[in-house]
Order: sequence, then structure tokens, then C-alpha cells
Amino acid sequence: MTDAADAPVLALDEVEVRFPVAADWLGRPNRYAHAINGVTLDVRRGEILGIVGESGCGKSTLAQLLMGLLEPTGGDVRRAAASDAARANVQIVFQDPQSSLDPRLPVWRVIMEPVYVRGGGRLSSLRGRAAQLALKVGLRAEQLDRYVHEFSGGQRQRIAIARALSSDPDVIVLDEPTSALDISVQAQILNLLLDLQRAYGLTYVLISHNVSVVRHLCDRVAVMYLGQIVEVGRARDVLGDPRHPYTRLLLDSVPRLGEPFAPGVPSVNTELPSNRTLPAGCFFRDRCPMATAGCELPQRLKPLPGDEHACRCHLQTGETAGPG
Amino acid sequence: MADATMPGQARATPDAVLDVRDLCLEFPVYKGSVKALNGVSLRVGPGEIVGVVGESGSGKSVTAMAALRLLPPGGFTVTGGTLTLLGRDVLAATEKDMRAVRGRDAAMIFQEPLTALNPTKRIGAQLADVILCHQNLTKTQVRDKAVALLRDMYISDPEQILRRYPFELSGGMRQRVMIALAFSCDPRLLIADEPTTALDVTVQRQVLLLLQEKARERGTAVLFITHDMAVVSQFCDRVYVMYAGSVVEQGNTREVMARPRHPYTRGLLQGLPENAPPATVLPSIRGQVPDMAALPRGCAFRDRCDHADDACAVRPALRSLDGDAARKAACWHVLVEEPAP
Amino acid sequence: MAGVSVLVQGSWRDTLSRFAYQLKKSPMTMLGLGIIVVVLAAVAGAGWLAPYDPNQIGLVHRLAPPSAQHWFGTDEVGRDIFSRVLFGGRQSVGVGLFVAFASSIVGSAAGCFSGVMGGRVDSIVMRAMDVVLSVPSLVLTMALAAALGPSLFNAMLAITIVRIPFYVRLARGQTLGIREMAYVKAARTFGATRRHIVSWHIARNALSPIIVQTTLDIGNAILMAAALGFIGLGAQQPTAEWGAMVATGRNYLLDQWWYTVFPGFAILITAMGFNLLGDGVRDMLDPRLKVK
Repeated sequence: MTDAADAPVLALDEVEVRFPVAADWLGRPNRYAHAINGVTLDVRRGEILGIVGESGCGKSTLAQLLMGLLEPTGGDVRRAAASDAARANVQIVFQDPQSSLDPRLPVWRVIMEPVYVRGGGRLSSLRGRAAQLALKVGLRAEQLDRYVHEFSGGQRQRIAIARALSSDPDVIVLDEPTSALDISVQAQILNLLLDLQRAYGLTYVLISHNVSVVRHLCDRVAVMYLGQIVEVGRARDVLGDPRHPYTRLLLDSVPRLGEPFAPGVPSVNTELPSNRTLPAGCFFRDRCPMATAGCELPQRLKPLPGDEHACRCHLQTGETAGPG
Repeated sequence: MADATMPGQARATPDAVLDVRDLCLEFPVYKGSVKALNGVSLRVGPGEIVGVVGESGSGKSVTAMAALRLLPPGGFTVTGGTLTLLGRDVLAATEKDMRAVRGRDAAMIFQEPLTALNPTKRIGAQLADVILCHQNLTKTQVRDKAVALLRDMYISDPEQILRRYPFELSGGMRQRVMIALAFSCDPRLLIADEPTTALDVTVQRQVLLLLQEKARERGTAVLFITHDMAVVSQFCDRVYVMYAGSVVEQGNTREVMARPRHPYTRGLLQGLPENAPPATVLPSIRGQVPDMAALPRGCAFRDRCDHADDACAVRPALRSLDGDAARKAACWHVLVEEPAP
Repeated sequence: MAGVSVLVQGSWRDTLSRFAYQLKKSPMTMLGLGIIVVVLAAVAGAGWLAPYDPNQIGLVHRLAPPSAQHWFGTDEVGRDIFSRVLFGGRQSVGVGLFVAFASSIVGSAAGCFSGVMGGRVDSIVMRAMDVVLSVPSLVLTMALAAALGPSLFNAMLAITIVRIPFYVRLARGQTLGIREMAYVKAARTFGATRRHIVSWHIARNALSPIIVQTTLDIGNAILMAAALGFIGLGAQQPTAEWGAMVATGRNYLLDQWWYTVFPGFAILITAMGFNLLGDGVRDMLDPRLKVK
């Protein structure tokens, strides 16, 4: 019993995902976009795991992978469940509540769709269950016959959350859940997410570029860059004492309330390298202020002294990185 | 309308780059009309960087578009107030007058540069268009100017970029090109409508540093519109907080962020996750932004405010706080200053 | 939140109320609707409204000009043209409606199926449609009608077959678009089957442009039926039919203008009514009319 409870609900092992982007004259792909390049990550039951990164880091591909919409081209994804024969039920809350909810369905159907699809019973019986879910997320039961466009942005996100909850998921993936919302509504939704997690022992994977939201919600955080995890550990370690140069750059760039700009000159090269041809050695080398000998070798994710905190930089971990 | 009158309104100083007074604007729609602006007053002085913060429906983008008369003609009605841009009355100006102003004396940059740039023309051609529109130069002069502009924006290989199409550039690079386009004719006012919202945070920092440097260098005033309180507090000298089509608080940015006096501003700031310990309940403003087609009488924030009472049935005017003419809030129950931590 | 037209979301009740608003805004649409109502009423009530039996011959007053007894005059065997126009409307309008709805239903179903199946099935269906579309429609219609034999039913069949590819393309395009929408992707993440996605999502979201096209097509179909009748491939004598009447009237055009003009005018005004209505429906669904 202890083993099953400790087993991670989702386990990624050196996962790679690449997409063909060009083909030769015979139609065989000869160039790829390497979206995910060796990610090893556990999602533990009952935790809130945050994945932080900027555009191009592969976090959206990772979300699709966790959802089961994609299969990895390398490595392994294990999706255990409470009953170990079945595949884990992973539900998702998308960034844009407007486009992810069918505008021509009444809201109770939107909420119960996952249950219906998984064979949860006849449509008529589901209406009652929808009402219960609505109360849990702060909607009124009488609103359930209305359509999506009649609700505000925050309410639509509540509908999306109710939908994610309806089939008793093992994991809920939250893909930028508050980015499309007004800030006054953001607080309400964050509170709701925390309440639900505590009340039902839910497991969340929160994917976001908003460091403040991640800091507020998450127990553990993984920082992604160009398809790799460059730092992972407890939220207070990674966000409070960042070790990887990219994490430091990211956290320094986050505007802080009430403080003027840290002095700086707008630099020239701030772009992510292309993922068509992966850089040799450390992916962050071209932008790293600390780049030195040893950085031209591929870096590995190694634990730092202390528990849980790991970093992909030989200067921090003191490892002489070997090939692969 | 049960509005209080504003005591002792100051006269517009002739050098205000943008002077909006009591502007009331509505859009006729399907079921009535949306009152987008309900008595907005704001002022941008020469060389100032002024921020306008608000959520959806606050009217911040509408104000910006109205300043350059970019709203669809015939699609809106001005029901009161004035709007003066560099001494000219925008509301009464002809399209010809406005075209002379746009791009030369006043420029605008938008949130999504991909839609603001023509996807079928190379960057060089678009830069040349804007430069030629307002200045008469030879082809070589135009090209040299374009290269110099891009280099000034810290773009490392400007000749290369001139030959590219917008979709070939990254978001941050496109935004730098937009800024170059905006500064190409040395405008006196730059309006930036959420220019960094769609950018990654590391790129955002670079773009903001760039904007600040160029604006200060050339003495261009900036009207910066955003929903991000943190960006405003880093970037702007003064700030206006808008809610449901009117200004509810204004003043020096540091002051407003540290000691907000209007319940809405305070509610917004308190609800930010950066202002609370991790994994705690965030104080949130109950309810949601009102329907702009059916605004309640009196203070628009009344239904969501914990301090509201009967006095709030009358719409409060912006009044100075503590005798400081620049520091104002529109509330009958202006919050008492908390002792500084 | 801005950006999505009320007409591509929500219940049909919302759509109808929006349509009522559009009607008030656009006098042309109201005109179109008015014309259709009048025409349909007249045609449906032909039994009561027609003063004479449309096939009753009266050689005494053949080719008589319009008068109090014969509002539209008489034809070459003395039949009352007004009555023939009323009863003929049943043929012409009936054909228009049948063709529009039949081609719409069959074509949309095929297009949706093709879009959902993808792969080889999709390719086969689209190539078949390309073949049909490669022949100019009037020529194909005439060829089919001639091959099947001249009768009203065969004319209807021919026009329907020729119209189907437009709906297949339209429905397929809609299906492909909707398949990419975030809510369909969401449904796939919960393991929805293709059948579920079609019945829950694609069907109701694809309908709007199909309805617009169908409404616009009714006018075209009426014209096509009249064209076939004109060349003798439609309803056969003695059945009254507008196109056939125009054709026969051609011989008498110079002196007995009423024979051609009245049925011709009926065709014109009916097609125009449906076109105006169709334009109104299309404007209503115009994405530029966004509700803030």
C-alpha cells in the first residue's frame, strides 16, 4: 500500500519529442524541430508541480505529452493510476477559456462531457451531477443551461475547472490557467485552485511563464529551456535560491512591484537558439554570462548538495560533465 | 446624472502633449450602447512616461485609440469632453490633419506586432514607407536612416533584418522593429498599447529598457497602457488607474503602488500573488467587472466594494489628496494611509 | 470578453433574436422576407386564389390581353395565365426548395464525413467532386436531364446532383476548421470518438454557413429549374411551369407580351426575394459584426 501511494502518478524518463519539419524528395523527413530533449520528471500524487519556461522551451509540447495527445519519439512515459491496470486519467484546463469550451453547447454538457465520453452514464443522469460540480467551483446551478458566451472570463475558467474535475481525474494539467484573465479575477481563480486541491487531494501540473503564480501555488518547480529541464526542486529553493544561470536571468527579468528598473543596457542577443539544430554542449552557453571551459560539453541534470534541488550546470554541481 | 462637480479645475498648460478632459465616449451596439469612457481626464507632459493601468472594460485602450483618432469612424459617439493632442483638437480635426500627425508627431505601438506589420512586405520596405511619408529623402538616405534606426535599437545585423519579412523574426525582434518605426520621425508622443504583454519576460525586460532609453534620449513622451502593475511600477513616472471607463486614482507611481487610496487599486494590489505568502488565500475583489452597456448609477465600483454606503449612489469626482494636485482618487471613502512599513 | 459573434454561439433562440434585429436594420432583407412570404402564400393557396382551372382551355379568348376577367391575359389555347402562374409556382418554387435542401443535406453529410475520415477516403471524395465540378454546371445539368428523360423529377435530380459538390466542399472546409478548434482538441483529450466529436461539436458549429448557402441556393435553383423548363427538359405540357411558359411565350413576344412577361417576372421576383433573404442571413453571420 505504501509503495502504491509513493509511486509517482506520472513518470517521464528521458523523454524526447521531435516533429518533422522538412522532407527530402522521397518524402522522408530529414529535418526536425526538437521540442523535448531528454526530460526526466516525476509527478507525485497530491503535489502541485510547476513548470516554468518561456516560449520555445517545450512546455506546451510537454502538456500535450502529459495529456496523451502525443507519444514520445524517445524515452518513456508511465501513467500509473490508483487502480494500476487502468491508464491515469489526466484532465486539462486550457489557457483560453473561450476557445476551449464549445460555444454551442449548454454549460452543463460542457462540464460533463469527459464523464459522458468515458461511459459515465446517460445524459439525463449527468445533469444532476453537473449541478453539484458547479457549486464546488462557485457557479450557481441555475446558470447551467446557459451558454458559454453569457459568462465572464473568470466564470468561464471556473467552467473549465469543473470540467476537469468531473471525471475524478488523477492529474489536472493547468496550462497557463490565469494568463487570459483580468488580475482581479486571477486571485479568485488561484484561491479556487488551492481550495480544491486541499479539499480533494488533487495533483496539479501547472505550466506557466508567470513566475509569481508559480511561486504562489507550487510545491516543486522545474525550469525548462529548449526542451530540457535546467533546474528542478522545491519551489522555495528554485525560486528563492536559483542556481542555474538561466533561472537567474529569468527571475531577474521579472518586474518587481514598486522597484524601478535594475540598471542595464538593452542587450543585443536575447533570443532562444533554434530547436532545429540543437547546440552542442550546454544549450544556454551563448547567452550565459558565466560560460567557460567545460560548457561545450553536454550538461547533465545533477543534484546539488542538500535534497531535491538539481541543476544542469557543471559550474554549480561541480560535476565534470561527460558526454551524453 | 448625479455627478458631483469638480472644484477648481486647473487650466491646461499649453505644453501638455496630450490633454484629455472629461471625455465621454460610447459605442452603439446590438442592445443599446456601450459607454466605454465616462469622463476620463488625463494629461501627458512633454518627456514624461505615463502609465495607464486597468483591466478589460476599463477603457484604457479606447482612450489610446481615441487620442490618435484610430477608432472606426461612425462606430462611436463622443458625448462630452475634449481631447487635445499637441495643441490640436483631435475630435474636430479632419482625417487629413490626423494623417499628418500620426507617425510624425505622435506614434503608436501595439501588442501584437505581427498584425501591426504588413506580412507581405519586407521590413526595409515598411521602414522606408514610414520615413518617406513624413520626410523627403533620397533612396540612399532613406536606407541609411533605416539602418541607423535599427542599429540604434540594438539590433546587431540591421542590413540583414531589412531584407526579412515579419514572420521570419521573433516576437522580441518584431517589437524592436515596431519601436524603430515609431521613433523614425522623432515623435513627441509615443502611445504604447500593451507592447510587452505577448512577450516572454526576459524579452520584455529588454524591450522596456530599450523603450525607456530611447524615450529619454529623444525627449519623447510615452503613454504606456498595460494591465501589469509591476511593469508600470518599473517603467512609468506617473500612473492613472482606470476602472469601468473612468480614472479612479492617479499620481506618482511609487506613491500609488505603495499607498493606494482607492479601494479598487488597493484590492488589485493586495490580490497579486507577489504580495502574499505562497499558498495562502489571496484577498480578492468579489464580483466582476460591470457590463459596460448597463453601468450602475453612482460609483461603478460600488457593488464590489467593502466600504460602499449610501453616499456612493452619487458618482465621486477625482479629488486631490493631501493638498497634492497630482495625487487624486475618485472615492467618497478614500482609504486612510497606513503607516509605512 | 470581446471577439466572438453572438451568431456562431449560443442557442438558436439567441440566433433568432439577432436575426430579428438584423431585419430591422436592413430594409432589403425585410423586403426579401416579405416577397417570399407573399409568393409562398400565393403558391400554397393557389387552389383558392386561382380564378380558373389552369388547364382549362377556352379557344374563344385565346391570346387575350390582361383584363378584368384575366388579370394576366390568356395563352395560345385560352388558359388563364394568372392561374397558370399561381399553379406553376408550385413546380418552380417546389423544385427550388427541394433542390436546395436535398443537395444541402446530402452534400453536407458527405463533406462532413470526408473531413472527419481524412486520409484516402477524403481524397477519393474530393477527387470525385472535382470531376463533377470540372464540367460547367448548366451543361452538366442539361446533359443529365436529357439522359434521364425530360420530366420535372429528372430535372430536379440533375440540378441536385450538380449542386452537391459545393456543399461537400463547404462542409468539409467547416469540418476541418472545427477539428482544429481548442474545444475539439479538448474533447480528444478525454478520449472522445470521432462519432462523438461529430455529433456534439461539428454538427452544431458547422451549420451556420451551410444554412446561408442553402438559402442563397434556393433562388439559384429556381432559376435553374426555369432554365431547364425553358429548353424543354423540365415539366412537360400541359403542366404549368414558369420556365416553360416563358419559352412558349417567346413565340408571341412581340404582340402578346404578357405571355412571357408575367411568368418571367414571377421567376425574377421569387429568385430575388430568396437572394435578398440569403444576403441578410449572410450579413447577420458576418464576423465583422462582433459583439464587444
